[in-house]
Amino acid sequence: MAQPTLELSPQVSDEIRKTTCYMCACRCGINVHMKDGKAAYIEGNRDHPVNQGVLCAKGSAGIMQVNAPSRLRAPLKRVGPRGSGEFEEISWEEAYGIAEGWLRPIREEDPSKLAFFTGRDQSQSFTSFWAQNFGTPNYAAHGGFCSVNMAAAGIYTMGGAFWEFGQPDWDHTKLFLLFGVAEDHDSNPIKMGLGKIKARGAKVIGVNPIRSGYNAVADEWVGITPGTDGLFILALVHCLMKAGKIDLDYLARWTNAPVLVDKDTGLLLRDKDGKELVIDRATGKPTAFDTQGVQPDLSATHKDGHKPVLHLMAERYMSEDYAPEAVAERCGIPAPRIRAIAAELARVAFEESFELPITWTDFRGETHTSMTARPVSMHSMRGISAHANGFQTCRALHVLQILLGTVEAPGGFRFKPPYPKPATAHPKPHVKVTANSPLNGPHLGFVHGPEDLALKEDGTPVRIDKAYTWENPMSAHGLMHMVISNAHAGDPYKIDTLFMYMANMSWNSSMNTTGTMKMLTDKDENGDYVIPHIIYSDAYSSEMVAYADLILPDTTYLERHDCISLLDRPICEADAAADAIRWPVIEPDRDVKGFQSALCDLGARLGLPGFTNEDGSQKYADYGDYITNHLRRPGIGPLAGWRGENGDQTGRGDPNPDQLQRYIDNGGFFVSHIPDGAQYMKPWNSAYQDWAVSMGLYDAPQPYLFSLYVEPMQKFRRAAEGHGDIQPPDHLRARVRENMDPLPFWSDPAPANMVDEYPITALTQRPMAMYHSWGTQNAWLRQLHGHNPLYMPTKLMRENGLSDGDWAKVTSPHGSITVPVMEMAALNENTVWTWNAIGKRKGAWALDNDAPEATRGFLLNHLIHELLPPRGDGMRWTNSDPITGQAAWFDLKVRIEKATAPTESQPAFPPIKSPVGKGPKDLAWKVGR
Amino acid sequence: MTQLPTSTQKKLGLVIDLDTCVGCHACVISCKGWNTENYGAPLSDQDPYGANPSGTFLNRVHSYEVTPLATSAKPHPTAQTIHFPKSCLHCEDAPCVTVCPTGASYKRVEDGIVLVNEADCIGCGLCAWACPYGARELDQDEGVMKKCTLCVDRIYNENLPEEDREPACVRTCPAGARHFGDFADPDSNVSRLTAERGGIDLMPEQGTKPVNQYLPPRPKDDLPEFDVLAPYLEPVAENPGGFIGWLDKALDKLPSKGAN
Repeated sequence: MAQPTLELSPQVSDEIRKTTCYMCACRCGINVHMKDGKAAYIEGNRDHPVNQGVLCAKGSAGIMQVNAPSRLRAPLKRVGPRGSGEFEEISWEEAYGIAEGWLRPIREEDPSKLAFFTGRDQSQSFTSFWAQNFGTPNYAAHGGFCSVNMAAAGIYTMGGAFWEFGQPDWDHTKLFLLFGVAEDHDSNPIKMGLGKIKARGAKVIGVNPIRSGYNAVADEWVGITPGTDGLFILALVHCLMKAGKIDLDYLARWTNAPVLVDKDTGLLLRDKDGKELVIDRATGKPTAFDTQGVQPDLSATHKDGHKPVLHLMAERYMSEDYAPEAVAERCGIPAPRIRAIAAELARVAFEESFELPITWTDFRGETHTSMTARPVSMHSMRGISAHANGFQTCRALHVLQILLGTVEAPGGFRFKPPYPKPATAHPKPHVKVTANSPLNGPHLGFVHGPEDLALKEDGTPVRIDKAYTWENPMSAHGLMHMVISNAHAGDPYKIDTLFMYMANMSWNSSMNTTGTMKMLTDKDENGDYVIPHIIYSDAYSSEMVAYADLILPDTTYLERHDCISLLDRPICEADAAADAIRWPVIEPDRDVKGFQSALCDLGARLGLPGFTNEDGSQKYADYGDYITNHLRRPGIGPLAGWRGENGDQTGRGDPNPDQLQRYIDNGGFFVSHIPDGAQYMKPWNSAYQDWAVSMGLYDAPQPYLFSLYVEPMQKFRRAAEGHGDIQPPDHLRARVRENMDPLPFWSDPAPANMVDEYPITALTQRPMAMYHSWGTQNAWLRQLHGHNPLYMPTKLMRENGLSDGDWAKVTSPHGSITVPVMEMAALNENTVWTWNAIGKRKGAWALDNDAPEATRGFLLNHLIHELLPPRGDGMRWTNSDPITGQAAWFDLKVRIEKATAPTESQPAFPPIKSPVGKGPKDLAWKVGR
Repeated sequence: MTQLPTSTQKKLGLVIDLDTCVGCHACVISCKGWNTENYGAPLSDQDPYGANPSGTFLNRVHSYEVTPLATSAKPHPTAQTIHFPKSCLHCEDAPCVTVCPTGASYKRVEDGIVLVNEADCIGCGLCAWACPYGARELDQDEGVMKKCTLCVDRIYNENLPEEDREPACVRTCPAGARHFGDFADPDSNVSRLTAERGGIDLMPEQGTKPVNQYLPPRPKDDLPEFDVLAPYLEPVAENPGGFIGWLDKALDKLPSKGAN
């Protein structure tokens, strides 16, 4: 039989439109293939710096977001009780009128009565600008319940952290350690990097209680006990220091290891200009650290007894308390294995080192003819940071990297612009509220001592989330997870309007989900809602929609403008600064509007100074107009590319009316490469510093020393010890003193979570196909992960007489859930886990009420309270890091027993009425028939 | 019944690296997207928002747990997770072709790709029954058999840039765990990878002579025992005082490439 003739060169599409993905937070470049004016097929953009052509499952499934039945269709006004899902569709004019009716009186009376929090927001420099113009101090995005510990610990220690701040030197690294990253943060770049490492046969060590995802391909798996990463890391530090396997030259030159610590105050010794002092090995005298020709001495002690930082570290970490044998049982890792990993770090860092022939000049004016590689790299995210000891654990990890001399060395960890950027180059928090006026500066920033806290004169918190208070002084990203419970309790004060964006607080984005639903619907003695007004913006019919009074429907990501800005969370790579846009590659077929464009309208109606012209007219027609024309500082706008009237300037320049078109013509992004010779050792490399100034990343060169010892922490500690005008309340003194330790230490979060009665740790992670995704209802993706069993280790399955498909009751100090279980052998033997946010509320996301997400899916959130169990001291301590306030999701302790199979996962909730109806029964989606 | 060609000019296929695959499903959805929009009928989904969503996929990733056998050196081996992507292997002795009653299933003479001519397919399902790998799926909406086409409408497509003339799953794979090429050419990338990394046939006992090859996971959890690595941690000091003394000597030994 003859073979049929095939059309081997079919027309692929009519046109390719290049924009930025938003199926998660990675911001990959995508090619949207258009047929008949519709989006037909999505693939990765090969020219794009983030993904270089590849694309994950979410990205390709974007085509099923465009047709998702859960898309909101028009502004909604609540007509039934909160939580019922009963709405009527209204016009934008009516919606704006309602919002203005609530917000204008607040602004005229007390702007802090607005709490404006944005969740998976990729426009924080814009939304914070809006909130600042409104004048409320109550603004943050979702960092506080995500990974602020990693970010803040990194910035205070070395001027940046992982993910958006930097990446391993994938091309040169020979050993890669991955701590606490399951399948996420960030998505495609880590997979691409692992692929590069694997292709060379370099080694990957995965430290994670669960061997899935990236840990499945790790050459070595360290199935650590959750919450003990800090102890394990400090044991590695112990081994390396004892063996002298630390990079002395690096430590002496680029870190505060040689800086003298005042023996009386614990503060750093400084000269009259405020410069940190080291002892110069040539002269033996205390000398400013940046003096030309200084040889900082790590060994000598000041004649008055002041010691360098490295001596304090030796005194702490050489203690037998940190010996592998002392920590092995608690970490669940045999001592010889800890020693073997330390030895492997030492071997690769020092025996496999090499020189890159790059000539460069450091900030002291010295020229070097090469750069020394330390080809050990590390990466970590929420797994180690979402614990109450997370900040100090993240600090420990950064200290480990610095001791090995790997940060910014070839083969190690490399910052991405605008990082490196020390904490001192960031703003401080601003909280001065004035009626009818903007806030006095940006909300979020970095504190350097008690005087920077956000406290009123009477010592009470300025912010509704109690950020920057003695409960969590360094809460650099705010505490989104505390907003609803604080507002409900009227502690520190009552608010009038809660305004949120892309934050599923009545479901998977809150601790204590059941309690949160109650807080959102609770009424006072007058029958009024305790939180009087709730405005919410989302593109989809998420669980949170039902709990708002007014819905501003957002667009999908293919229907909108966005900028992935250097002022915010850009898409830079270690070799380049880069930013990107989204633009409407298709027009919405519903009465919806990009949330940022809606804020431009609303800001103008409220007369906010940043959103109105002098004559009172609207300043920005929409978000695209803002992206093009907004100036944050003279010459600095949201986008760095094609600035100036003719588009011939980079970084700094006047607005260019054609800037968005130039981005579109270039594939949706802009890249400016860091010059040769400036690509490593960036914090100290004059060529990099000069380039960063030219790009507008800083206004003057910012060389600095890495802070093994974080002096601002010592300032808080001294206040707790009774020094200075601003001191913590007595009930917090001991806690501040213990936790604000300027050198990393490990504390055990388990006792506060009643580990004696609840001996098992329960964790969550997102599957790769849904990580950071606002589209888990996606028709294709939900066929991959439509329900979530509780994965249990073999030992616990046997002990409880469980088999796959059985059900178990899981109980924490806060509550119980009853859920299906499945055995997993490659799992820490005292840990259980499940996929997060697969479970859905009936009626949400346009899914059928009998969808497996709603019947067998479940959330662990019901087991987690925003407060720790009572301790008998009369206090209810928050379930968060005492330094940053990061939500301690992964400190959850439970016990497990076999249960009779219920008809569906428990707790079950009644359906909410869908404001968008249901999806079709069949899909055969072919645009170009 | 349908005949296979006695030989093919090329043997196009995939190398799938099980040491590198992180199980992200990027290939699964990219395949679904391309093949919904291209070759033949779209890959449909039934009950896509309901209780039993079930659609047609030409490529799926399965995850397995494996615990290596205990040895005297490793009496308690650690369990491992293996992600295993699976699609049509374009077998040289493809039983799905020979079983086809209408000639709809065929293996191309020029490149060895196994395809279904949907015009001739009666949806009888015999081929899916004959395939030992479960690599064919009957589309419930169209009633025809669907399977991996190796993106035959991409790999020769003159409307695509040359670098994109590879299967969608290969182009999208973030970890670079999928490779496309001609196994008939011993110098091709896929032949070399297979040779270097010990690529294996899937279920060779079935006698299907699969073209696609799998690279096995490298040995895991085999960091040398600490005593082998001990020299790298030889102590320089037992206590902080000794450490500071060591520092002084060590600093003297540093090459003075630095300070001037």
